[in-house]
Parts: sequence; structure tokens; C-alpha cells
Amino acid sequence: MFYSIDLTIAWALLLAFSVFVYVVLDGFDLGIGILYPFFREKSDRDIMMNSVAPVWDGNETWLVLGGGGLFAAFPMAYAIIMPAVYPPIIAMLLALIFRGVAFEYRWRANSRLSKRAWDAAFIGGSVTAALAQGIILGAFLQGIEVEGRAYAGGWWDWLTPFSILCGVAVVAGYAFLGACWLNMKLEGEIQHRVRIMARGFFVATIIGIAAVSLATPFLGAGYAARWFDWPQIALTAPVPILIAGIALLLFRTLFHPERDRLPFILGLVLFALCFLGLGISIWPLAVPQEITLWEAAAPAKSQLFMFVGAIVLVPIILGYTAYAYWVFRGKLDPEKGYH
Amino acid sequence: MDTFLGFDAVMLARMQFGFTVAFHFIFPAVSIGLASFLAVLNGLFLWTKDEAYLRLFKYWLKIFAITFAMGVVSGITMSYQFGTNWSVFSDIAGPVIGPLMAYEVLTAFFLEAGFLGIMIFGRDKVGPGLHMFACLMVAIGTAISATWILSVNSWMQTPQGFAVAENGQFVPEDWWAIIFNPSFPYRLAHTLTAAYLTTAFIVGGVGAWHLLRGQRENPGVRTMFSMAMWMAAIVAPIQIFIGDAHGLNTLEHQPAKVMAMEGHFESHPDGAPLYLFGIPDQEAQELKYAVGIPKLSSLILKHHLDAPLDGLDTIPRDEQPPVAVVFWSFRIMVGIGFAMLGIGMWSLWARFRKRLFEAPWLHRAALVMGPSGLVAVIAGWITTEVGRQPYVVYGALRTAEAHSPLGASAVGASLIAFVVIYFVIFGAGVAYILKLMHHAPALGERGVRVEPGPIRTAGVTPQNQMRESGHDIAPETP
Repeated sequence: MFYSIDLTIAWALLLAFSVFVYVVLDGFDLGIGILYPFFREKSDRDIMMNSVAPVWDGNETWLVLGGGGLFAAFPMAYAIIMPAVYPPIIAMLLALIFRGVAFEYRWRANSRLSKRAWDAAFIGGSVTAALAQGIILGAFLQGIEVEGRAYAGGWWDWLTPFSILCGVAVVAGYAFLGACWLNMKLEGEIQHRVRIMARGFFVATIIGIAAVSLATPFLGAGYAARWFDWPQIALTAPVPILIAGIALLLFRTLFHPERDRLPFILGLVLFALCFLGLGISIWPLAVPQEITLWEAAAPAKSQLFMFVGAIVLVPIILGYTAYAYWVFRGKLDPEKGYH
Repeated sequence: MDTFLGFDAVMLARMQFGFTVAFHFIFPAVSIGLASFLAVLNGLFLWTKDEAYLRLFKYWLKIFAITFAMGVVSGITMSYQFGTNWSVFSDIAGPVIGPLMAYEVLTAFFLEAGFLGIMIFGRDKVGPGLHMFACLMVAIGTAISATWILSVNSWMQTPQGFAVAENGQFVPEDWWAIIFNPSFPYRLAHTLTAAYLTTAFIVGGVGAWHLLRGQRENPGVRTMFSMAMWMAAIVAPIQIFIGDAHGLNTLEHQPAKVMAMEGHFESHPDGAPLYLFGIPDQEAQELKYAVGIPKLSSLILKHHLDAPLDGLDTIPRDEQPPVAVVFWSFRIMVGIGFAMLGIGMWSLWARFRKRLFEAPWLHRAALVMGPSGLVAVIAGWITTEVGRQPYVVYGALRTAEAHSPLGASAVGASLIAFVVIYFVIFGAGVAYILKLMHHAPALGERGVRVEPGPIRTAGVTPQNQMRESGHDIAPETP
């Protein structure tokens, strides 16, 4: 029994890792779609899209691993959560379809109207997907009603002011990451504009983080206890302090014209810390506030079988993913584009 | 009972899942074949330095990029539909099939997506060797993906290697037995071959279109048509052979499905006929207006004219699959298979007479047969999935007990959204693909991006227009 407990924790960590990788990677490429409305020139939009064209489907694969991994390692949690957030999940999936195909269709469309339509699909898809992901996070945090092994709540339980707040915060956060990415990949006048935009979305992101953090303890007694009870507070208190520190540093670098890469890197750190904060809130639950990780876990034999593969394959995947990013590194040449 | 437009939640969930998965299936079926075709083309180009292969590579790469994007986005949907529509199934069968699907993601999806960018955009950046490696990784990734998901699908058809726990979950006992379940090798061979054949006929149809439009001297067109016809001549007979073996395997493990495929409501103790046509009437338990060849079914399935074959009269009514759907979809698949064989043989004859590129009737037939593989693949999939009913895990879990606790209106509304959006989005994608196919592969065929850079927005240059029209001109000619 002891070893199955270890595996359950290992799987929880691995899934948290893949969701985190998904959030930051697809975060910046969804962010580019969210920033699209601020750039009306076709040439600007072309180069923005080109900056993620070779990597976007790899980024989205982490979402498939998140869903597939949850299904495999915690089938009961998957079976409860999916029906509970059915409308936002369906909205997210359809939105990802719109923005995904826009990557290809945009270059094939030859009438002005259809080009505009696919730009709109890219924008609408990106915004909707980000909003839906935030709402799903909010619905998850605020707790899901369970009876036996199934979802027992209503169809609109997911829709609350808190989940909407999370949705808006995620949209702002993704736009901020996208702006940091573009700041790194572009140069000249457009980079200047992107940097100014990054400042605005940075402020919005910080407000979002603060609002979600302040609201979370009021969702249930469990959250407040996990954060504020002694002695945990000695471990949890550094997280908000670190976030404040990183935020300060980010604010300074965003006004520093020579810093191309640093804002993006600090942005990733900021997201990692927020993710850690979410982890502290949720631990050790698989479905707040009812089901623990161990209650939802697949049999040890299932978790072990996958784990053997995962510890070998995930580093390999990270290796060739990093290589793909390395191949397309550096500033984009607006004269050339990719062929 | 809670219904939406007259359907209950289970039926709506089945319709939604069936619709999204059938739509999704089209794209991998093509991208499995195209990825291999592209790897072969790139390899042939590197080996022979023949420009025709590079031209074809770039030509089909553009089509592949669109197909792959549509496959990715429709596939993400699938990884969540298990939970949204079949949460009870996910909870119960998750411990067994979940890990196999996780392996699919880890071994295949990342491999494909990771190297796709390099395959499409990276030739100049990484050099020919690594670029070839990326092409191979994408091709291998598509095949690995098919292997895992067909293992899952086969396990749902012929489950073994598991036990039922106290909480009702299926618990894995023997992974080897689960992965290599009895129908897996046959289904894998049959489906992969189908994907290759489907692609071959699409490529052949495009080649035939350009041959009919006066592109007989275009080496790209000649090469693609010739390669496709070799595939048809060699692989179509192999596929019929594999299909037969798969059928015998089904007879052994899922006899009711074969009875429905054959339209055998009655048992035949001394030789069963092969029905070519008939109207299945499940209420009356009979095949109306049946036209059949006596004893042929026994010959095919038992290799003996007088071998007895049981009919659906030996299966309780609540264990029977819907006969009409299975009966017809099976006939559509088999009919297309034999038509493909016909094209393959016809092309051999034309090739033997050295008239492969001057045979307009063959070209017309190949053009008509261009999309036939897609129809056959969907028909085959309907045969096997509907033939598994009323079970979702054959003999172990009924479909009616596996669905999510969702209201009919929620499933119904999202079903309508899926149908409308899929037709708009994928309809546009198919239109763009057809537009690309309409141009003949030209000398100096361009890569995936239409415009070389965002700076030049004024559309194609005159030189490119001449190239696009398919006339071979020297690259230097203005």
C-alpha cells in the first residue's frame, strides 16, 4: 500500500507539471491571439503568427496529456470534473478548433473577407479558450458537488462571479505572456509597441492574481486553514512574498529597453509561483472539496505501468521540444518569414 | 423521460461522440498515409536528386499541413469527450484504457507535433539530414499513434486481461493480454493498410485530374499517378486478404457482429448463403427481398460449402446489434474495396501496354475513386463500432450504462454546436485543400507559406502565376 501512495503523489506532480507546461506554452501563443486586436496591420499580424507557427501544436499536446493523464491516473476525478464543467469544456474545445485552423487557413484565404474572418476566428478562439480555461479553474477551486462516484450538481454551478474573475485573470495573464514572448521574438517599432502593451497587461495580471488570491480563502474553510494555520504559514507565507518580489523586478525590466528575454523568463517564474500557490490551496484534493487524490486514484497497477513509461519519455519529450524551440530561436526576420 | 428533439441523452451522447470521432478519423486516416508518402518522397529526392520528387514533396506538404492541423484540433476534442459524454465508462474502464491512451500521447502525439514544425518550416535551418529525420519521426509518430488507439479500440471489442473490482472498476491484471488482445493485430493491420490505400487513392485522384487536364508531360503529375497506381495494384489485394482474416477473427470473438454483417437472421445448419442485397427488418427478424449466392458465406467464413452457421435467432433480442446499419455499412466498405482492386488491375494492364498516362477512362475512374477510401474507412468503422452494440466494452459494459449524468438538452445543444462548427470549419479546410489540389505541382513549387514574407502583400508575382498554372518553365525565365 505504501508504494501505491507514493505513485499517486508522483502522478499528481507529473500531471501538475504537464498542466503547468501547457499553461505557459499555450499561454503565450493564446496570448498572441488575444493581442491581435491591438495590431491592425496585416504585416504585423503575419509576423506575430509566424513567431509561434512552428510550435503551437506541440504546445497544445500538453493539454492532451493533461486530459489523457487525468483520465488514466485519476479516472474517477476525470469522470466527475468533465460533466461538472461541461459547457466551458465544450466552449474551450470549439474555441481551440477555431484558432488552430486559423494558423493554416489564414494563409490560404485569398479574399479580404475570408482573411478577416480567419483573423476573427483566431482572436475569438484565443480569447474564448483562455476565458474558458480560467472559468474551469475557478469552477474547480470553488468546489464540485459529488454523490457516490459521480457529479451531483446542476448545469450552471460552474458560473459564479469567482469563476468569471478567474476567467478574466487568465485572459490578462495569457496576454501578458504573449506580449513578453513577442518582445523577445520581434524587433524595431513593433517590439516597442509590444513592450508598452506588456506593461498594461502586467498590471492587469497582478490585479487578477491579487483578486483571485484574496477571494480563494473565502470559498471554504479548508483553503483558509491551509494558508493561515500555524505551522503551515511558515511554508506558505514565502509564496506571496516571492510573487511580490518577482512582480517588482518584472515592473522594472519592462521599462528597460535592452531587456528582451528577461521579461518572458520572469513571466514564467511568476506563473510558476502562482501555480505553486494553487497547488497549496488544492492539496491533497483531486476534486475540491470532496475527493482526495487517493480516493480518485487508479489502481496501483495502472499508475505503475504508465509511470515506468512516463519517467523515460517525458525527459525525451522535453529534450526534442527544447530542440524544436532552439531551431527557431532568435529574432524573426520580417523580410523572410518561414518557408 | 428527458429528451431533446425526441432523442434521449444516451442516444444524443452516442450521436455526438460518433459524429466527432468519425469527423476526426478522416484526418488521421489521411495524415498517416501522407506522412509516410512525404517521407518517401523526401528520401527519394535526397537519393536521386530528381527535382520531381522535391516538387511533389512541397506540393503535398501544404495539403498535409492543413490536414494535420484539422486532425490536431479535432483530436483534442476527443481526449475530453470520453469524460464529458461517457463519464461512467471513463470511471470504470479508465484504469485499463487510460494508460494506453496516455502512452499514445507520450510516444506519438509529442513526437509528431515536436518534429512537425521542423518538417514544415525547418529544411533551411537544420539541413537535409535532420530534416529527413524529422520527416521520418512524423511518419513513425502517426503509425505509433494508430497502434495505441487501435489497441484501445480492440480491447473494447475483445476485452481480456482485467478483473472487476469491488467498486465496479475494471482493474488491469495482465498488460500484455490487454494490449495484444485477440482482435488487435487484425484491426491494426486492416486500419493502417486502409489509411495507406485511402491516401494512395487521393494522390491518384489528384494525379488523374491533372492528366485529364493536359498535364501529361509534367513529371510531378506522372510520378504521383504512377506511385498511386502501384499502391492500388499491390495493396488493394493485400487489404482484401487482411480484411478476410479480420472477419474470421470477428466470427470467433463477436459472432453476433458477423451475423449482422451477413444479414443472417436465421441459422443455416447446412451451408449459409452470401447475401448481396436485402432489406434487414429487425422487428420481424428477417432479411426482406434477399438476393444471395447459396452456401458462399459458409465457404468464406468456414472454408467449407456445407458448414453450419448460426444466425441471430440464437442471440437474445437485447443482445443484438442494430442489423441494418451494420449490414449496409459493411457492404459499402467491401464494395469500395473491390472497386479499388479493379482500379489497381486496370492500371497494371494500362502500364503493361505502356499507356498509363494516356488512358483517359482509367483517369476518370481514378478521379471518381479519389475520395472513396475515406468513405470506406468511415463505413468500416461504423460496421465494427455499431456491430459491438449494445455493449461499449463487449460483453462487460453496456452502452446504456456508461454515459454521463447529463441532461438531454445539454448534450443536444452541444451536438448542434459541434455539427454546425465542424461543417463550417472543416468545410472551409476541404475547400482550401481542393484549391491546392486544383493547381498542378509546378517547377519551383513553393513551401507552406503562400507569401514569402509579410512585407510583400500584393499577391503573387507574374512569374509565380506562370508557375502556378503548371507550365514548366525554367526557373530563370521571367
